[in-house]
Amino acid sequence: MHPAYSVIFFTTATGAGYGLLAFLGVAGGFGLIEGGFWFRLVSLGLALALISAGLLSSTAHLGRPERAWRAFSQWRSSWLSREGVASVATFVPAGLFGIGWVLLGKQGGWVAATGLLSAIAAAVTVCTTAMIYASLKPIAQWSSKFTLPGYLIFAAMTGSVLFNALLALLDEPRTPAMLFAIVSGMVGWGWKSATWQHNDSLVATTTLNSATGLAGGTVRSIEWPHTEENYLLKEMGFAVARKHAMKLRVIAQALAFAAPLFMLATAFSFSDIGGLAVVLSVAAALSQLAGMLVERWLFFAEAKHTVTLYYGR
Amino acid sequence: MTCLPASTEKKLGLVIDLDTCVGCQACVTSCKEWNTGGHMAPLTDIDPYGGQVDGVWFNRVHAYEHTTEAGGRTVHFPRSCLHCETPACVTVCPTGASYKRTSDGIVLVDEDKCIGCKLCSWACPYGAREFDTDVGVMKKCTLCVDRIYNDNIAPEDRVPACVAACPTSARHFGDLGDPDSAISQLVAERGGVDLMPELGYRPTNKYLPPRARTERAATVPAPALEAVKVEGGFLGWVDRMLSA
Ligand code: SF4
Ligand code: SF4
Repeated sequence: MHPAYSVIFFTTATGAGYGLLAFLGVAGGFGLIEGGFWFRLVSLGLALALISAGLLSSTAHLGRPERAWRAFSQWRSSWLSREGVASVATFVPAGLFGIGWVLLGKQGGWVAATGLLSAIAAAVTVCTTAMIYASLKPIAQWSSKFTLPGYLIFAAMTGSVLFNALLALLDEPRTPAMLFAIVSGMVGWGWKSATWQHNDSLVATTTLNSATGLAGGTVRSIEWPHTEENYLLKEMGFAVARKHAMKLRVIAQALAFAAPLFMLATAFSFSDIGGLAVVLSVAAALSQLAGMLVERWLFFAEAKHTVTLYYGR
Repeated sequence: MTCLPASTEKKLGLVIDLDTCVGCQACVTSCKEWNTGGHMAPLTDIDPYGGQVDGVWFNRVHAYEHTTEAGGRTVHFPRSCLHCETPACVTVCPTGASYKRTSDGIVLVDEDKCIGCKLCSWACPYGAREFDTDVGVMKKCTLCVDRIYNDNIAPEDRVPACVAACPTSARHFGDLGDPDSAISQLVAERGGVDLMPELGYRPTNKYLPPRARTERAATVPAPALEAVKVEGGFLGWVDRMLSA
């Protein structure tokens, strides 16, 4: 599948934004962390900014963005429509939570309730995004049992590493947040490795035989219907060379998992390093987000659509 | 509404005979000609005379080599929308632009509602939907809704343009929901098949596999042709001497 930059940015940014929102909603709403006004303002602002920027960028790849409002109508059947509804609905509890937690400086009571609702709405929205991909049967790498948990895990992982960085930067480094970022990073790494392993050993159930109805033997494409690349090949026929894919997997793992885990573990082990813990926490978050962009690029580039069979690819 | 109808009154569709298709592309050009002025018009071409030709077509004819124990053969394979019974291309559409008609089962796109998110083209396993980058909306085969019900053209022309154009009668049109229709009989007789049945889209269109090979061509060679006109000159003399 063609890796469109707007969609790569969208899924990475909203994943991190919703993850962060969920942590702030629960930890902030229930008073598990105090945090001053600036921490509250900047962290919730960043969560909502990531979500909004992601949603806006997702409209950038539409052919007719001015009609985007129509996408809220078919939630009965369409995961994309459900995502639209859920993402907008999330702003309601998140907005109320922002008023209570940031502007009024409260926690507990109704602020806790709206915080919890924000976290639930964020999780639901991430699920709807994942289901858009998980429900596409023509793409075996996406319609697998790894997709939905993967999106949730990565949202929690990037959200928690951001949460930890913001705490370190604007409040003070906190052990539980750091621990959570480390654990979710390890889970994420394991899940991604398992996903890649699963994809690499996929046995195609759909073949050019079943695609053409020609039973038995081998079917080989000898002539395309057209000489130049058409929409199908440009959109669905994208293929990343295997050796590049392997290199990019290494880069993605280094940036998204290995480096942040190393930095966070260092900050965690040496509690008396003061300012260095802040630097490491922030660097871990930046590295992980960059790595997730590479991971998301691969998510698209390595996905093979059944239409490519017709072209012998 | 992008929810699928539980059942449709008719199941209009095509049956394509892979035994007789010669890959002449007549259906392809005929489709383009009709539809660039039809329901989904225009079928935009980008850079049509340049080096990077691109454009929207509803029907594409591939060529394959099918090799089995019986030997190899070339199979021409027209590919277009199969007007599936349970097509995800419709259910994934967020706007309601894509829909399946209850009356005849035809799958259409309402171009005035489409936002061009392209998700339906991802959801179609068969590559039947093509995006019009110029207009910004998705386009696809309409089974020539503007021909098959058209009172202004002769009754014999009320078939999809591709069916009308096919010189070898490899394309058939009719109601596949009616087991007694000529087209359903043809499918039953020739063992018509679904494409990618494992994905569960339940295509309405069926493909008739090529008939079993016969060895006739190899065992009855035509006699070598004789020269019609007697040659003159030296070669003519040699010919006459040797034929005598
Ligand atoms: S062939 Fe593709 S576009 Fe046509 S109905 Fe089936 S899934 Fe939809
Ligand atoms: S491209 Fe148009 S028809 Fe296709 S899913 Fe999006 S809105 Fe629906």
